[in-house]
Amino acid sequence: MPEELRKKIIEAGIEPFEQTLIRNELALTRDRTHTLQVNVGLVCDLSCRHCHLEAGPARAEIMTGETMDAVVGYASRVRFDTIDITGGAPELVPGIATLLQRLAPLTGKLIVRTNLVALEREEARGLMQLYHDLRVTIAASLPSTNASQADSQRGSGVWEKSLDVLRKLNGLGYGVPGSGLELDLVANPAGAFLPAEQIQAENKYKRDLQKSGIVFSSLFAFANMPLGRFRGWLERSGNLEGYLHTLAGRFNPAVVCGLMCRSLISVSWDGYLYDCDFNQAAGLNHGAVRRHVSEMMAIPEIGTPIATGDHCYACTAGSGFT
Amino acid sequence: MTDMDTYYNPADLDKFGEIGKDAPDLARKFFDYYGAVFADGALTVREKALVALGVAHAVQCPYCIDAYTRSCLENGSNLEEMTETVHVANAIRGGASLVHGVQMRKIAEKISL
Repeated sequence: MPEELRKKIIEAGIEPFEQTLIRNELALTRDRTHTLQVNVGLVCDLSCRHCHLEAGPARAEIMTGETMDAVVGYASRVRFDTIDITGGAPELVPGIATLLQRLAPLTGKLIVRTNLVALEREEARGLMQLYHDLRVTIAASLPSTNASQADSQRGSGVWEKSLDVLRKLNGLGYGVPGSGLELDLVANPAGAFLPAEQIQAENKYKRDLQKSGIVFSSLFAFANMPLGRFRGWLERSGNLEGYLHTLAGRFNPAVVCGLMCRSLISVSWDGYLYDCDFNQAAGLNHGAVRRHVSEMMAIPEIGTPIATGDHCYACTAGSGFT
Repeated sequence: MTDMDTYYNPADLDKFGEIGKDAPDLARKFFDYYGAVFADGALTVREKALVALGVAHAVQCPYCIDAYTRSCLENGSNLEEMTETVHVANAIRGGASLVHGVQMRKIAEKISL
């Protein structure tokens, strides 16, 4: 997969990512790892058009109880400041509630990502209250404050259902100032363009959602990865070359030192280690070897090289993925 | 298709800087001014991009429409706001025609019995 993207990069006359780092006298290596990110499965009730992992209802890749035990074991051996649970839709993974209950005491901050609408499903009954009781931080996807743009990315009717769930979370105290219950929104652009500057976007989201009576804590705006389903759409729509030029043209050397991959280790649904969730989609293993979380006795060493590919341009464009 | 088969080629937008050939001082003054105009000021960058999108439609410049559609999206405007902006441009363009109807009526009145 990284080879296919490299071919497109060369055809488009764009400098490969590694060469851009070298030209800027930069090296992408690990800093202190303080975050454990766990992808519990690719099953999802949505099939978002920007999803780099191509998650969806037909995906059967789900973390087993044995792998969950291995994750808890690693989190017990090593104290992570933050543990970040992602998917797919984590709500649809059997055993997710127990996993959260086991991980919560092992970390300072437990984050669960959600597409919002999965929280309304039968499988997710009781999860909102559990999140509340465990003081979980919720990171919810909301690509736009415009219904048609949100639905074009996530599916028809998802916008209205998302607002309903946000109101319920607000009702539990999530996102309400002073409650201590953090509700963050994650915004990926609804197309082949870069996200707005984060503070500016956050202020606008707050203003727009206030009209619907919704509050939240912070907004994180990230560029879409030219991987998986989004990459397929880029190709079919004739946007791939232009988008790659946009990403590479906005390379910002100043953000490299703060990239998330420098301080995060990512575990896939089957328990293998990657430097980030995007490298899972690209098939680039952490440390260039296929290593299982059950083998990990410590955090990765500072200075270990991070596996990179041309998709990394999406994390170094503009304000970057920090 | 050769480069000259159409007056408007999207790839030509990236060649805007070449306008500085043969008149570099004038181009530098223009682009310096252009950059200053679109910097954050009393209006935000997002608001200025919306104004530019409206003007782009009023002057019907395909390059500007392309550039400021992207700029509006990248600065966090949504399609509802952008569509309203185009209506503002349309209302002023249409209104400018219609208000000249006052001249028509005055002239007609003057030369009519």
